[in-house]
Amino acid sequence: MTDSDDFRPDPVFNDDERQTPLPIGAGPTMTSGQLSEGDALVPEGGESRSTGGILRQMGRVFVENKLAVVGLGVIVLMVLFCFVGPHLYPTNQTDAQLVLQDSTSNAPPGNGNPLGTDSNGYNILGRLMFGGQASLIVGFASALVATVFGTLYGAMSGFFGSWFDSLLMRVVDVLLSIPVLFLLIALVTIYHQSEILLILVIAFVSWLVPARLVRGETLSLRNREYVQAVRVMGGSRTRIIGRHIIPNSVGTIVVFATFQIADSILLLAALGFLGLGVPAPQTDWGTMLSNGVDAAGSGYWWQIYPTGICIVLVVVAFNYVGDALRDSLEVRLQQR
Amino acid sequence: MTGFLIRRIGQALVVVIGVILITFLMAKLIPGGEAKAVLGPKATPVTVARFNVQNGLNLPIWDQFWRYVEGLFAHLNLGYSFKYNQGVRQVIGERLPKTLTLVGVSVFISLIIAVPLGILQVVRRNKPIDYALTTSSFFFYAMPDFLLGTLLIIWFAFDLHWFPVSPPTDASAWAIFTDPRAFVLPVVTLAATSVASFSRYMRSSMMDALAQDFVRTARAKGASSRRVLYGHALRNALIPILTLLGLSLPAIVSGALIVENVFNYPGMGLLTVQSAFNDDIPVVLGTTLVITVATVIGSLMADILYAVADPRIRLGSD
Repeated sequence: MTDSDDFRPDPVFNDDERQTPLPIGAGPTMTSGQLSEGDALVPEGGESRSTGGILRQMGRVFVENKLAVVGLGVIVLMVLFCFVGPHLYPTNQTDAQLVLQDSTSNAPPGNGNPLGTDSNGYNILGRLMFGGQASLIVGFASALVATVFGTLYGAMSGFFGSWFDSLLMRVVDVLLSIPVLFLLIALVTIYHQSEILLILVIAFVSWLVPARLVRGETLSLRNREYVQAVRVMGGSRTRIIGRHIIPNSVGTIVVFATFQIADSILLLAALGFLGLGVPAPQTDWGTMLSNGVDAAGSGYWWQIYPTGICIVLVVVAFNYVGDALRDSLEVRLQQR
Repeated sequence: MTGFLIRRIGQALVVVIGVILITFLMAKLIPGGEAKAVLGPKATPVTVARFNVQNGLNLPIWDQFWRYVEGLFAHLNLGYSFKYNQGVRQVIGERLPKTLTLVGVSVFISLIIAVPLGILQVVRRNKPIDYALTTSSFFFYAMPDFLLGTLLIIWFAFDLHWFPVSPPTDASAWAIFTDPRAFVLPVVTLAATSVASFSRYMRSSMMDALAQDFVRTARAKGASSRRVLYGHALRNALIPILTLLGLSLPAIVSGALIVENVFNYPGMGLLTVQSAFNDDIPVVLGTTLVITVATVIGSLMADILYAVADPRIRLGSD
């Protein structure tokens, strides 16, 4: 998908070129995103051919994908669960001393603890909300940092070209060839864990793919006539990158960012599982799972399954949404 | 073919040099400096200065890098672990083969399973078995490996007692062949994600091959559908799998780190995480460098196999 020409956004002034849309599912590669006949495929006279229409048009195709709507629903519910939940269902999640005074450790579900307690006596339902906050915040924030940095890096690399481009892309090649968890652990060892550093460190191993994607887009965009026109009119390089190249790559960037949130949540969960997650008293789902695994031999299933289900649900939800966004992007491209 | 090989090997060399530079820079960018990382935060300026002189840390950065590279290539010197009190190379020494056999066996098994699965899905495409396999491959793809490993331990080791919880701690690198039962769960965990992605790829790659002109020609000649499928389409669909394998290697090696930690198998991944707990930065950087070089060599081999297998490259003048 890297330097692919398929990802060519709308030429702004090429309005009169109308094509009959390809039937969906024509190629063997189309897997999901079944659309009801017609609807989004019929080009509607000229409208939504500007960059502003991209997101609107993608949105329309998106809502027709049922899995994506379910995924979006799961994400919204999970955010509410983690951030509003603790206000409706307050539990003590920070003071281990106090907790042990009024609850037993490793208590099975029931009796005031709907999902039981963990080895420290923390209420697991409440802890899922508490740990979910860190998982979601780190996931969102590192995906955001990685996407923004990768986009700027890729746009600069593709726009300036020549030796500068080669140098920047070799850096990406090198970092991509280091197995990600090894790099991540090396960084975490050197720059000790705190929530902010974890965000930056996860972003540091994640900006490489958007850099490549946006570079590919930039390469195909920078020789377009309208970009040449801006240049002839005396538009600065910053203006071309900021006002023309990045806005035209926005579809690709949004799709990437969605998948990246899922990946970042998984990376943090993996770090937490290895015992290198957010430091106490804060916790995250990976750390919770790892604590539960220590007790796996004792049959404390409630310390493992709810956490595992939360991680998988959120990751699958973001992947469904990302899939649907990518499909809607492809549909938009086919419409031209 | 030679052109391709030279370019591809050159590319691998650039990556290796880049990784050496990155691990070197990471050591230089330790907050507080390398000396404090070894001597502890309470070290006096005098002891820090003496440590710096002894280890050449007072030299200009380019001289330090040159000494680092020279040490690496001339003496395979990866630095010194003050926690283990021996060279990083000695610490890594017996652990690298363990990770290599684990990854090698898992990759081999995932290919053995994924290729027939992909073919089965093409033969029975859009039938229930195709949908079932597609759904389960998405499931395994979305399943984090640490969770899958944990669940396998709970179900098949604790509850059913079919397999041991972990391989013996003194297992040698060859134990995976002599005592396969102990390695079933780790290998299944590591192979699951690759089986999912390889079989998906195999399916679409077979479909693409079946849509090609040469398949129509073969059919027109009157070749049986078996022969078209296995003689023509399969041979062409298998080649791209090698590229995918080369590209997936870093991810598989990352998976091995998780698997080693879940199953307590003393390879590079377990060593890295334990050293992270010990703040043993030289070992962490050493394992990162060595495992990356191994991964780069693995990807390079996959690409060379690809070039040998694909007549368009093998016979190409370029």
